[in-house]
Order: sequence, then structure tokens, then C-alpha cells
Amino acid sequence: MTVASPAGTASIRAFKVAAHNVVTPDHVHSAQPSDVAAGVPPEVVVEPGTEQELAQVLKIANDSRIAVIPRGGGTKLTWGNPPSRLDAIISTARLTRIIEHAWADLTVSVEAGCTVQKLQEALALHNQRLALDPLWPDRATIGGVLSTNDTGTLRLRFGGLRDLIIGATLALPDGTLASSGGKVVKNVAGYDLPKLATGAFGTLGVITRAVFRLHPLPQNSLHLTILASDLHETQRIILAIQNSKLAHAALQARVWAEAPPEVNILFEGTEAGIAAQRTDLTKLMGTAKMKECSPDVWKVRQELWPLSSGSAMQTGFPTSAIVKISILPSTVALTVQRISQATNPQHFGWRAVLQATGIGWLRLDGQPDAVHEALQGLRTDLEAAGGSLVALEHSEDLAPFDAWGQPGDALPVMRALKQQFDPRGTLNAGRFVGGI
Amino acid sequence: MDSRVFQELRTIVGPSGLITSSEELRTYESDALTNFRVVPFAVLLPQTTAEVQAIIRVCHREKMPFVARGSGTGLSGGALPVENGVVIALTRMNKILEVDFANARVVVEPGVINLDVSSRVQPQDFFYAPDPSSQSVCSIGGNVAENSGGAHCLKYGFTTTHVIGLEVVLPDGTLVHFGSKTLDMPGYDLAGVFVGSEGTLGIATKVILRIVKRPACVRTLLAAFPSPNEAGAAVSDIIAAGMLPAAMEMMDNLSIQAAEAAVHANYPNCGGLLLVELDGPVAEVEALTIRVDQIFKKNGASEIRVAQSDVERALVWKGRKSAFAAMGRISPNYIVQDGVIPRTALPKVLSEMGILSAKAGLRVANVFHAGDGNLHPLVLYDRRIEGQEAAAEALSYQILELCIAAGGSITGEHGVGEDKKHAMSKMFAEPDLETMQRVRCAFDPLQLANPTKIFPRPRMCGEKPGKYVPHALETAEVAERF
Repeated sequence: MTVASPAGTASIRAFKVAAHNVVTPDHVHSAQPSDVAAGVPPEVVVEPGTEQELAQVLKIANDSRIAVIPRGGGTKLTWGNPPSRLDAIISTARLTRIIEHAWADLTVSVEAGCTVQKLQEALALHNQRLALDPLWPDRATIGGVLSTNDTGTLRLRFGGLRDLIIGATLALPDGTLASSGGKVVKNVAGYDLPKLATGAFGTLGVITRAVFRLHPLPQNSLHLTILASDLHETQRIILAIQNSKLAHAALQARVWAEAPPEVNILFEGTEAGIAAQRTDLTKLMGTAKMKECSPDVWKVRQELWPLSSGSAMQTGFPTSAIVKISILPSTVALTVQRISQATNPQHFGWRAVLQATGIGWLRLDGQPDAVHEALQGLRTDLEAAGGSLVALEHSEDLAPFDAWGQPGDALPVMRALKQQFDPRGTLNAGRFVGGI
Repeated sequence: MDSRVFQELRTIVGPSGLITSSEELRTYESDALTNFRVVPFAVLLPQTTAEVQAIIRVCHREKMPFVARGSGTGLSGGALPVENGVVIALTRMNKILEVDFANARVVVEPGVINLDVSSRVQPQDFFYAPDPSSQSVCSIGGNVAENSGGAHCLKYGFTTTHVIGLEVVLPDGTLVHFGSKTLDMPGYDLAGVFVGSEGTLGIATKVILRIVKRPACVRTLLAAFPSPNEAGAAVSDIIAAGMLPAAMEMMDNLSIQAAEAAVHANYPNCGGLLLVELDGPVAEVEALTIRVDQIFKKNGASEIRVAQSDVERALVWKGRKSAFAAMGRISPNYIVQDGVIPRTALPKVLSEMGILSAKAGLRVANVFHAGDGNLHPLVLYDRRIEGQEAAAEALSYQILELCIAAGGSITGEHGVGEDKKHAMSKMFAEPDLETMQRVRCAFDPLQLANPTKIFPRPRMCGEKPGKYVPHALETAEVAERF
């Protein structure tokens, strides 16, 4: 059951007063309609100016049983389950510093509220990058991207956020500000809390800063599209490339219900190296048609959004859902078959972007009941095959659909961790797996 | 140990799976860090997950601590037995259970030897990337516990990069699964937390590994520089030029001498030897080789060699990988240190290390993963000379302090274990350590799994955070809490 603002007016007022003592008054304000998180309106928004302020405000909230959602750019607040309680948003909007770009050591230390784009622009001054291409980099913040574990196409070559993060500072509900990891790439001292915080949806603590390993910007890039005649050829192409000695940086399949599938591949490196790989790829592809394409193909999953009006994907159906799926790379064709079997073309529109890592994004459009049924069926199939389906965003008229699905037999350990870090359930109440 | 418990354990593993004779127990009294020794009550050699579970259930019931052990090659005392506890050695659980080339996944038991994974997938042109120097004897379970690295982790990442799922027996005997063959399973990244937890969160009984396709071309370049400083400058230039080689290793003159004496790697005799390995498509490697060669020359390399054949490459790597053991050729005793610095701090740290070494009157040889800043200073001493061992230990610790002061870490790949638990307080503040302990308490509230390791002071679980008091809304059943 959703309970907005359970703390009561008196508690909220007391929280605001206490927060004023920590954060300058113009950064504690009443929530606006635009502050609604997953359909639930908060009462108050606090924007701490430092990590210490953030930890103090969080402690005040925790002590007075104010339910908190931490917020970065606010681009993914609808992901996860709706909060079971919400009083206050603690925003990282003022924690935007790039603390140290140790370019010669290929590391950067950055505050959580810095946008991905701002960070990338600073790193580019030294021809470096965080090898990550998340959604909406102009607005998405480091903290938000980490908490939601939003990785894109470069994951194939450079690993996920878990492989790029080397240090983190977390503010815990009891006011502890704890650092772990470090600022060197190789380090096994103590538990790997940066990985624990990555993808934890802000349920254990608020990430206030992160340290990443960096990669050089590529000197040259080549973006190619391979036109596949059908699903089976798409699968064959992906497996052939993955089983080859090509050193591609990204590989994805775009499968739209209404169009033939396309495969995109990215090469990075020296001119000579790229040219030779293009030749090798041509041999490998046989008769399949291949052409150069725009780098924008790597942003194609952004085209699955927005959910409602103004979407490039207007389909005329009332209900839409966008989900992240994870499968074995060898089951791309099988998975797409499952999707098309679950959806009658007369009553559905769908689009999928599948990475060679096995991670993909799918948008379904249809009648509310039919979308719900298709999602449920697809989740059952994928889970049975060892994969998962996580709902990111869906229309309000969709019947309740748990965002996460089967949490597996490790749920008791996850609950025990939650109990250790956030025993009062202050942070992101009810939004994570198993009701955490 | 209570004879009833003893009988019960024997029933679980059978007579051949239980070691209790004092001579045989001596084999297990330490790992490869031999200056810490504790003789355990008993050593158990389970053959199945069910046996591991049954043993741990007994341990849990009896509140008896246990220490998991693989091949015992660890260098931080991570597998050092604890008093009044048992050792659970996973060496008999050594089957490669599944190989899936299409998805580049391998499922193994924890006792499988690291190199055996690569050997198994070699015919299909794959390899398992983490390659600690002990890879021909160390086990995957031990690699998981320590998050082992190796020379090639500069490009390919560490054990944690390659472990995507685990079957784990928790310290209360419960069997759980973290991660899976597919990525990003819903929930916390428990596989990420478990890898590198040094046996303190439970025992892995199955490990899902990612394997990597072998590159089309591998080229190993060897360059001789007057000193480590010029070699370090060359490394900086390689990185500034936007290259990320598969490996960049450096050895100083003492290490070169030792390696020569031990395996005749035919290294040039110089002050700083740099070994750079490039891999990838042929044309790419060729283009990069030219640039690396230019960078070597610009930084004053007196000799540059390219190992082309597999045989040449193998010899070059043999010298590097046997560098620790080779110290025996030039010194009766030595301490292996494992510290990390931001790579750019190398000249400063080396010069300070030189001063400390002169002051202590002890030689220090340096083997260095130059790409990622992981230093392995080897403090050479003679145990027969009174006071030298203590002086060597003090010097080794001072070197760690240099690493911390430079903004680095007390361990890059060997782990904290028993050896460095007191140095943890130098690297981390109390709230940082207290927060890590919360993880331990979530997994192992009774602190039975390798209980005396990693942390300088044990914390009783439940001390902090305070006892949970339910919210009024929860007691009224208006809101739920998990």
C-alpha cells in the first residue's frame, strides 16, 4: 500500500527546521509538482552543499523517521517499484565537483551530482573518457547512473559500472560517511562496497562521490550497420563476431516489430587496425549487406523513450512499458521469438535493442491487459532460462507489475544487508527487490 | 574437540576426508606466508557441496570457526587456520562442470586450478584472463577469495571482472546463489561483494567464470633502461599516447639478476627493465608496436627486443613470473610486499624506498606491475643474522606506509588476511571499517568464517547499529518494512 508522507505535518516541519541548521535555508524548500517520484509526491526537497551536509541531513531524516529518496538528475525516478513511503527528496544537485582528474594515472574522483556529460567533457581535455554510455548523459548524474546500474553499449569491451568504479563514499542513514575502495585501479583492501552500492537503487546509502578508472578516447572509430535478412541471421552474425578475433568495442542488434533486424558494430583504434578489421568482418559476413552508419545508432535505446506523448514511437496503443532484459547472448533469436509470440502484431507494437553482452531493452505497446500478460509471460520464460526481466517504466494504466521479478534464494542476505545499513527503512522504501 | 562432533564430521566426509594426525596437520598450518602458523583441530576435505553444507551446519551449531583453503598459495595468511577451528580444504572439489563457448562461460568447482581453465578452453581459442604468478597451482576458489590479479589485469581486469556468478554456502549452512550466467540479476551485486572477501562471508562451491577469446596477435616488447625512472617515464608516455597494453611490467636490477640466476630468461642487464605486451588484431598490434618502440627510444632505452614466437614469449614471462622465488638465488630470505601507488608517484616512492633501504642496511628488489601501480618490493635479509628479520619486517611495513602516504593501497592482489589487518586502520578511517563490518554481520552474525582476518579489531554483530524499533505505522500495519 502506498502511503504518501506518513511522517505527518509536525514531523515534516521539525525536519525542515533541523535541516535549516545544516543546509542554507534557500536549499530547503517545499516540494513542487515536478518533484513527484514514481507517482508519489514528497513534502520537501533538500539540496545539501557538501557530502558532510548530506550525511547530516540524512541522519536527521532517519532520526525523525522521514522517508527519503535521494535524487540526482531525476531521469530514472520512475524505475523500480513505487515508494511505500516518501517525505523528502535529498538532491545531489549541488554536489557537482570533479574532485581530481589524475589523468596520468587514468583515474577520476567526482561528486555524485555531476552529470555524465560534464564529466566526459572534462576528461576529454586530456583525451580520456569514462568508458560508459548511459541514457541521457546531459542530465543523468554519476550517482543516479551508479545506483540504477545504467550501462550502455560500451560494456561489451570495457565492462560494466562494477568494473569501472574503484572507490566510493557513501552517506548512511545513521550519518556515517564511509569510504571504501580507493583511488588506485588495483586494490583488494577490505570489502568491495563500491560494487555493493552499484545497482543498489540507493537503498543502502547515498553515494556522495565515486572514483573511476578511465580509458583513453579512441583515436579513430568506425560505425557499421549490417543488414540481417531475418532473426536467425542476426543471431548467426552476433555469435560469429563474438567468436572471431575482431576487437570490436560494441555490438548490438536492433529488432523492430515492423522492420528487418539490423546489427551495429563499433571498431576503435588505429586507422590501420580498423581498416584491417573491416576487411576481416566483410569476409566473415559473406553475403550480408554492410554499410557505414552514424554514431547515433549507439543511442538508439534512448528512442524507446519517452513513454507517452511526443514519442517518436507513437503507436496508437494506450499502454506502454519499457523493460530491461538479461539473457544469454546465444538466445537473442529465441528471445525475440518469444517476444513476438507473446505479442499479437494486430494488437501490439514492440521494439528491442539487444547488446552482445546479453543485456537488452524492450518497449511494448498495446492494450493494458495484453501488455501486462505479455510481460508476465516473457518474464516467466526468461527467468526459467536463467535470465531476468526488470520493468523500468510503464503507463499508469498497467495493472501492478513488480519491477524486479524473482529475487532468487539470496534475498535473505539482501534483507540482512538492508537491515545493517538502513534498519529503519529510511531510503527508497519498498522500491527494490523483494520489497526492500 | 568433542568426540561426538568429531564422529559427526567423520561421517560427513568419510575417513579419507578427515585429517587429524599432527604430522599431516602441519601441512595446513600456514599458507605461502609461512611466518604465521597455527595448527588447526582438524582438516576436512569435502567432495561435494552437500558435504560442505553439512560441515558448516555442524560448525554453526557448535559455534566452531572454520577457514576455507584452496591450494594454500596465498601470500597474506588468508588461509591461516584459526585456533579451535577447522580448515575446510576444497582441493577435492576440482571438476570443470560446464563449458559454454557460445556464451563464453565456464562453471567450475572451487578446487579447479587456475591454469586448467585456460588449458581446457584453449582448443577453441579462449583463455581465462586472470593470471596470478602462481596460476599453475593456485585454485579458482582461492582466486575468488583474494580477488587475484596478475600481469594481464591491466587490460583484462581482475578475478572479480571474470566471476559473474557463485554458489555459496553461507556461514549458517544455507546454500545461496549470487549472480548467474546472465548479467545484472535483480538485487544487490553479492557476487561483487563476495569476490575478494577473503573467506569471511562463506564458502564458494561453484563459480561461473567468463572466458575471453584469444587475441589474433600477441607481441611482447622488452626494453632496457638506465633506471626504473626512465622506464616509468616510458610507461607514462605510452598511457599519454592513448594506448592500453595487455601488460606493462617493470623489474629493477636486483630482480633481473635474480631472475637470470634462476631461469636464465636472457634479460639485458640494466637498471630498469620494461616488459610491454600488446595484443589484438595484427594490424593494430603492428601499428602500436611502432609507437611503443619510438617511446622506448625517446626515453633512453639502450636495447629493445621483440619476442615474436610463443617460445620467446614464454621465456620472457617465465623470468617475470618466477621473480619472487628467484630471490632465493641472491638472498637466503626475503619478504614479498604488495603495495599500490598511483603510478605517477613511482619516482618519489622509489627514491624514498632507497633511503629507507640504505638506512636499514637491507637490499630491496622491485618487481612492479607498472601499468596499474602495483609494487612488489622484495626485502632481502638473512634470518641467521640476529635482528635482520625484525629489521626486514619493519622495512617492509615502512614501504607500505609510503604507499598509503602516496594515496595508494596496502594490497593490490595478495589480500589483507592476517598479515595486514593492522595496516587497515592506516588506510581506512574507523567509520569506513565499521561500515565494512556491517557486511560481515549481514553474512555471518556469529563470525565463524575466517573470523580473525581482514579487520584490525573484531566487532560483535549487533553492537551497532542499535536495536531496531518498529515504526508506529508498521505496528499499525499501515506500512511494511523489510
